[in-house]
Amino acid sequence: MANFAKPSVPQFSVDVYQNEYLPVGGRDVDAVVTVTATGGGTSGAGGVTAGGPAGVVIMVDCSGSMDYPPAKMEGARAATAAAVDTLRDGTSFAVVAGNHVATPVYPAHGRLAVAGARTRAEAKESLARLTPDGGTAIGTWLRLADALLGGEDLAIRHAVLLTDGRNEHESPEALRAALDACAGRFTCDARGVGTDWEVKEVTGIASALLGSADIVADPAGLAADFTAMMENVMGKGVADVTLRLWTPVGAELVFVKQVAPSVVDLTGRRADTGPRAGEYPTGSWGDESRDYHVRVRVPANAVGQEMLAARVSLIVPDPAGGDARPVSQGLIRAVWTHDVAMTTTINPQVAHYTGQAELADAIQEGLDARKSGDRDGATAKLGRAVQLAAASGNADTAKLLSKVVDVVDAAAGTVRLKAKVAEADEMTLETRSTKTVRVKR
Amino acid sequence: MSQKPQPPSHGLAVCPNPECAEPVDPRDRYCGACGHDLSATVELPAGQDRPTMPIAAPVWPEAPPREPGSLSTMTQHPGDLPGTDSGGRDLPTVPVGVGPGPAAGPVRTDGPVPPSGETVRGGGDFELAAPDPRAAVRAEPAPAAGEAAAEVPEGVCVACRAGRVDGDGYCENCGHAQPRERDHMERELGTVAAVSDRGLRHHRNEDAFAITESTLPGGRPATVAIVCDGVSSAHRPDEASAAAARAAGRVLGEALPRGTHPQQALHEAIVAAAEAVTALARTAGPDGDGADSLHGGNSPACTIVGSVVADGLLVVGWVGDSRAYWVPDDRSAPAARLTEDDSWAAQMVKAGLMNEEQAYADERAHAITGWLGADAYELEPHTAAFKPDRSGVVVVCTDGLWNYAEAADAMAAVVPADAALRPLHAARVLVGHALDGGGHDNITVALTPFAPPPAGAGSS
Repeated sequence: MANFAKPSVPQFSVDVYQNEYLPVGGRDVDAVVTVTATGGGTSGAGGVTAGGPAGVVIMVDCSGSMDYPPAKMEGARAATAAAVDTLRDGTSFAVVAGNHVATPVYPAHGRLAVAGARTRAEAKESLARLTPDGGTAIGTWLRLADALLGGEDLAIRHAVLLTDGRNEHESPEALRAALDACAGRFTCDARGVGTDWEVKEVTGIASALLGSADIVADPAGLAADFTAMMENVMGKGVADVTLRLWTPVGAELVFVKQVAPSVVDLTGRRADTGPRAGEYPTGSWGDESRDYHVRVRVPANAVGQEMLAARVSLIVPDPAGGDARPVSQGLIRAVWTHDVAMTTTINPQVAHYTGQAELADAIQEGLDARKSGDRDGATAKLGRAVQLAAASGNADTAKLLSKVVDVVDAAAGTVRLKAKVAEADEMTLETRSTKTVRVKR
Repeated sequence: MSQKPQPPSHGLAVCPNPECAEPVDPRDRYCGACGHDLSATVELPAGQDRPTMPIAAPVWPEAPPREPGSLSTMTQHPGDLPGTDSGGRDLPTVPVGVGPGPAAGPVRTDGPVPPSGETVRGGGDFELAAPDPRAAVRAEPAPAAGEAAAEVPEGVCVACRAGRVDGDGYCENCGHAQPRERDHMERELGTVAAVSDRGLRHHRNEDAFAITESTLPGGRPATVAIVCDGVSSAHRPDEASAAAARAAGRVLGEALPRGTHPQQALHEAIVAAAEAVTALARTAGPDGDGADSLHGGNSPACTIVGSVVADGLLVVGWVGDSRAYWVPDDRSAPAARLTEDDSWAAQMVKAGLMNEEQAYADERAHAITGWLGADAYELEPHTAAFKPDRSGVVVVCTDGLWNYAEAADAMAAVVPADAALRPLHAARVLVGHALDGGGHDNITVALTPFAPPPAGAGSS
């Protein structure tokens, strides 16, 4: 299989799981689309990922609060150093210090450096200049990262953002505008350190920029987390992959969601491309597999009729600079029948991910209710979450839930709110509420 | 199946169970001696739909001794059978009792289709004379089978007539699936014709047929018709029926010229068909649903019914609920059903546990108890040989047809009078009859005209 002659772009495969049978008058077609990329990424060397040259910008929060406790700043420096060490030779990179403004720390001239023994050493030396001071305006950091990454001809453009506090020194609209400006231009993983940051801000950044979000409650864990993140980036084989959905005349896409490895609603991210087709961004891909849940509403048809409800294709940019092309596709069908046994069967994949999406919502609503003092509402929602997590085998989420509620009966969803909950545990649950597990096949 | 209410009295003097035959009271519903359901044997007034006789009483007479120099063994004349036709005269209804035991065995239901892939080419190891699928499509209310709908230009959707058809067979505009080759198939040879149609309620045709003309040693002609019905609740039923029909047609085409007795050849053909369907379970489908689990109960499966007309002999063989009927050219003579369904209803009736009305009203009625496939518990090919004394046609068909003409005289009533002269036309008429009735299932019918050997030629 090994192909040493040229960098290998991943091969994509698309599998559709659905129950295509609709009852008389039925209109909604649900399908889970599994996209798997293989054979790319990991073989990259010489400063390029498999897909071509890569650039990475690391944004480190240097607001005044990073000094309380000082371990946060020290952890951030160590993590950045570890990330720099993980960069492959030849990768373009920069380190940005962020507070109420964004400042390039290395290289100081506002361009990207090329990873090598010398630049790595210089970059690590410069981390001493990361000093806590001032406020937090994350939008300015993102715009600087965009300027840095946009100045070079790069195939993979990625950023890492570390924050410890709320985005207090710019308006939410300013952050929103920055995210809109950056969306589709680079991907970004976001991390919150400590417990003084806003979960929805960090998950919102990651989701808008198609990256991961997580909590690193203990600064000592930052270095390992940054190393893992950077290894993941180095494994990316191709960027700017989109999911194209064609639907027939009269059909309507109700939603398009990524449902594994985590829930990300892509419905509003559609860009129309051609007649009856639209594309949804999926970011960059290494060797990995993701699942998408698509619901299409089609015009009702007579019993015995069959139609194509949607055609799902994966669009990958041409490394040679030509037009992006579909590399793999799957068909979502609709067939009308009188047979109740056929129409009432729920596809196991669809059922599973419907449950996982409900699990994420239940956790979110439960925690919101708890914060607002609605104990009954919180108990009901978190109980339902415990039940769903147990039923679907989502052990990680079940474990996080058990730190917030006392589980009386997981199968029945009976729980009691814990009187005292560590803030880190609650934030971890909220940050990771969208993490899903796949169907046991 | 329009079953009328039973008259209050069965009008019997003795129990119809030949093993019992004890006197019974006219008011009894069950025989006091053996418990036989007396209401099951009530004969309806002339002209009404006539229930099939309870199979618990196989009153099939002894076969005449084998004739030296003839191929035939165990030969029966349809007129040997009991029953009455719509005119109240004796009518054959029950074939040789070869069915399995009462309904203790495995059952599977022929429900709608599984989510597997595209249809495959139907047929046999010959070119199917399928019409242009675009010409065979039916615009809304279906015209009679075989009639072409309005022409739609090549590559343009037949549903919206606006979009082009993509490589997967769907319209690029409205998404509608386009007609497929198997949606409507017709084939005619000199002595046999067959028509298969998707029907109005199913999204694809899971039936298949094979018709061949062969020769016996000495050059006498033999005509073979095989019809198979894919079990919709199993994986890839369309492939199962195609494989079974092809295998059975091939085996008969090889065995008959070698001098194998037609009844034995048909038995071997059904066994070969079963092996072909079983082999499907070990191979991946075109849509990659993998080698089907042998344990999941979803292996590809189908029914089979076949007829061989050769040397003055009519042989039928079957597994499942596809049927063969005998319809004499002289309609004053009785028609007959020649097969006995491997179905839950038939077994209930046969065991005397229900009368036919009750059995067919039950939701399990159409569950079949015998089929070809990897998960069939035991293959029991049924065969029967007949030696009709007059000319007529043999109708082999799937339940998509006989659901609309269940009783033998009902079937005879819809077979055109000139069926023996124009078998393809007659097959189209029969398919049209099922479509007019609602076309709830795939419909496949093959017609073979039968003529007894000229007097003196048969040496009897």
